[in-house]
Amino acid sequence: MNLAATGLGAAISLGSATALAALLVPGTARPAVGGTGTALTGLAGMLAGAAALAGQSFSLNLPMLLPLSGVSLTLDALGGLFTVVTGGVAVAAGVYGISYGGHGLRRRGVQVALPLFVVSLLLVPSAASVATFLLCWELMALASLVLVVAEHTSRPEVASAGRWYAGMTQLGFLTILIGLLLFTAHAGDDSFQRLRAAAAELPAGVAGAVFALTLAGFASKAGIVPLHAWLPRAHPEAPSHVSALMSAAMVNLGVYGIVRVGFDLLSGGPALWWLVVLGIGAASAVYGILHAALSNDLKRLLGYSTTENLGLVLVGIGAAGLFNSSGHRALAGVALAAALLHVVGHAAFKTVLFLSAGSVLHATGTRDLDALGGLRGRMPVTTALFGLGALAASALPPGTAFVSEWLLLQALVHGLPAAGTVTTVAMPVAVAAVALTAGLAVVTFVKAFGVGFLARPRGEGAERAHESPVTMLVGTAIAAVPTVALALAPTVLLPALGAVSADLVGGQDPVSGAVTLRLSGVAGSLSPLLLAAALLAATLTVTLLVRTFAGRPGRRAARLWDCGAGPLSARMEYTATSFTEPEQRVFDSIARPQTEVDTHHHDRDRYLVRAVRYRRVLPDRIERYLYRPVLAFLAAWGRTGRWLATGSVHRYLGYGFYTLCGALLLLAVTR
Amino acid sequence: MSALGVLGAATQAVLVVAGSPLLVGVMRQIRARLEGRAGAGVLQPWRDLRKLTRKERLAPRGTSELFRSAPVVLVATTLVVAVVAPLVTATPASGALSDLFAVVALLALGTVALALAGLDTGTAFGGMGASRAIMILALAEPTLLVAIFALSVRAGSTNLGTIVSSAVDDPAGVFSPVTVLAAAALAIVVVAEAGRLPVDNPSTHLELTMVHEAMVLEYTGPDLALVELASAMRLTVLLALLANLFLPWGVATDGTPLALLVGVAALAAKVGLLGALLAAAEVFLAKLRLFRVPELLAGSFLFALLAVGASFLLG
Repeated sequence: MNLAATGLGAAISLGSATALAALLVPGTARPAVGGTGTALTGLAGMLAGAAALAGQSFSLNLPMLLPLSGVSLTLDALGGLFTVVTGGVAVAAGVYGISYGGHGLRRRGVQVALPLFVVSLLLVPSAASVATFLLCWELMALASLVLVVAEHTSRPEVASAGRWYAGMTQLGFLTILIGLLLFTAHAGDDSFQRLRAAAAELPAGVAGAVFALTLAGFASKAGIVPLHAWLPRAHPEAPSHVSALMSAAMVNLGVYGIVRVGFDLLSGGPALWWLVVLGIGAASAVYGILHAALSNDLKRLLGYSTTENLGLVLVGIGAAGLFNSSGHRALAGVALAAALLHVVGHAAFKTVLFLSAGSVLHATGTRDLDALGGLRGRMPVTTALFGLGALAASALPPGTAFVSEWLLLQALVHGLPAAGTVTTVAMPVAVAAVALTAGLAVVTFVKAFGVGFLARPRGEGAERAHESPVTMLVGTAIAAVPTVALALAPTVLLPALGAVSADLVGGQDPVSGAVTLRLSGVAGSLSPLLLAAALLAATLTVTLLVRTFAGRPGRRAARLWDCGAGPLSARMEYTATSFTEPEQRVFDSIARPQTEVDTHHHDRDRYLVRAVRYRRVLPDRIERYLYRPVLAFLAAWGRTGRWLATGSVHRYLGYGFYTLCGALLLLAVTR
Repeated sequence: MSALGVLGAATQAVLVVAGSPLLVGVMRQIRARLEGRAGAGVLQPWRDLRKLTRKERLAPRGTSELFRSAPVVLVATTLVVAVVAPLVTATPASGALSDLFAVVALLALGTVALALAGLDTGTAFGGMGASRAIMILALAEPTLLVAIFALSVRAGSTNLGTIVSSAVDDPAGVFSPVTVLAAAALAIVVVAEAGRLPVDNPSTHLELTMVHEAMVLEYTGPDLALVELASAMRLTVLLALLANLFLPWGVATDGTPLALLVGVAALAAKVGLLGALLAAAEVFLAKLRLFRVPELLAGSFLFALLAVGASFLLG
């Protein structure tokens, strides 16, 4: 028994024990038990994953546990990476969950589902056969569905979000099921080892179908355009620590699935597959961040930002596949390492952001940025943590996403002379998409932080805000530690990620260096630590010079400049809507927001306006043009069915009679 | 990091800090003369800075630490760029920092700090300036990245030092469609990022069209001095980058004091010339309506993409 096996075993038993305990203890103690147990489960999972990432591996075969095929588990380095990430997110979310939540979260079902969800998230990357994988995948979907609808009594939108999530996740499950079964049918056995061996003899058409079907399912789990529709609904409506688990851990498993099937089981594949992955990745990155920038709901904004970040990850994976198919292994390694680093970094900062957004919701009762503001004085720790997360997410130095996007851009830039017309056209477009994303991410997070936390409160909720309980802050701070570590010293983790990607695409470790990140195979180096040190040194120098030369010390308080018109009120501040109004105009033809202006006239004189109400909604265009027709068709189908089945017994007897007659007639004619 | 590398870095920092107010003074003087005014003299920006640093420091009520630290961050980011970018010497102090993406992101960080400060005041002007500045940043950053990407294809690296030295080694390659297109794109972006006409007018106050001045309305005394110095430094650094990427002559490729001296002279001449051209052009330009600015930037983005395409097809 090595550490990997012990950790995973401990995680499963701790998770199950927590679920059982949550069933038994009374309601008031349930969040504490569930939260603590979830955190411990995550800790055990983290240990298992870290051990696997460091080179330990284990496999376990339990043929008796499941009829026909049994359960088999294997934790390799790739699975270990995703287990570490999931475990880390679970620790933060668990600690946070101890004191988070209202009445809805105390219910038995919710607290039982939380540890089970974490266990399923830890098990998916260690599944080593199709049956085990699908079982864990479905357990994950069901547990998360229970958690999404946790607060269904308090808000009606939760039910709608739950329906969308259930529909999308089950359709995704279906395509993965069909894809993997098709693969299994050609391999003869459902263990991943057998599939890997069979991949070489797989006919090209079948391999393509397997990849396309699984890609659809995994992309929908990762929230990739156009299968993202569930994500901006489910993430805001779920309780915040569940949102963090979903957005930082669950969506990663979609990426895991694509990497596992594409690179590991099918060992690469033609350039066309990866071009598709790159394309949908670039499209989701731009589409996601555009909607995030224009969104005023704090958690919806973060949800769309997940679509963006996972899109960037898929750009990296697609580029890795393209380079791999043309034999540029070193470049493929860099691109894949960049994608994996972005997965880890995104998990870290998205946990921080969702958990602090949860604190804001807890304190103010609203997620609407237009009604927030002025939280920095009332919730200083949460403000600092959210600010850290926002810096990490907006690809500015010294931030977490900056390093991974730099690495991604390096892979794309050097891929240009690599080979082929396809790469030549794809790479500049991908770079343009990543660059556009970087710009809009700045808008998004300046808005979220600047409008949401700075200035003065714009609503009653924000005025009454108070700092969260200690456990919630500690939970958020736990996630902030890896965010900072990845921003300053990504070189600690990168060799391990490089080894994982080199293992998948061949070639040597793509990234090296202790303080300075150096790429092997291509020219490129960056030192995030030195950059931070240089910034700090420059800041200290400037401060010192100002202290020396600027006249008098200290500051006198003064009133804000108000054009001599009297004190400024909070209504005069820029809101989130007005802040992104320029972007909304610029991207008007893409986003197509709907605006309503209701003018109420005075009773006596209709030339006098009593009140004007302005409302802007930003509908998801993909949803409107892709999903609505399908839903409308299904509804029409249902209506037709209703016309057939009116509930009249006479009618049903009539159907039976005519069918029987028809069958007899048919037999009489044909026989 | 060699001793000569440190010398080069220090030269660049001192040159940018000391020279940037002079550049602004020269540009103002040229505008004044072309408009038929006498002008305040080349040293006026320095005199203004000295006056401002002696004034009392004010803390507007309701603002936080963020508001107070933003000017320092703004100067610090620009200072780091001035040290690591290839301005006087093509081999700056630390090669691991003079990466194109790092430099662009550092400049963006400064803008973000100032925009947050503008939002922090909670005034309508602050929010308005922040919103507009961030819009311009969001649209200019992609162009900047793609344009320099087109140039980095030729050099095989995104390190600015390598790009500049490969241009020094191969001066004939400077006159290619790639560089012309990229230069056009970059020139527009530099004007936008530095807040000059026709995107923003640095010499107006309290106009509904202003961008940068609206954000910094609450700053006074030494804080305002830092903001003004930083905006001059950003203009200098951006013009210097533009000059060295396309007209790399005179950049010191080795670290000898003589080469550094030549580098300093060449940089001063090039940046002075570009600044004079910009100032002269500003006399004949009106400020664009705010919502025409995205069209200008979209045009420059197209130029940058064409440059990338050309860098492939022309190989």
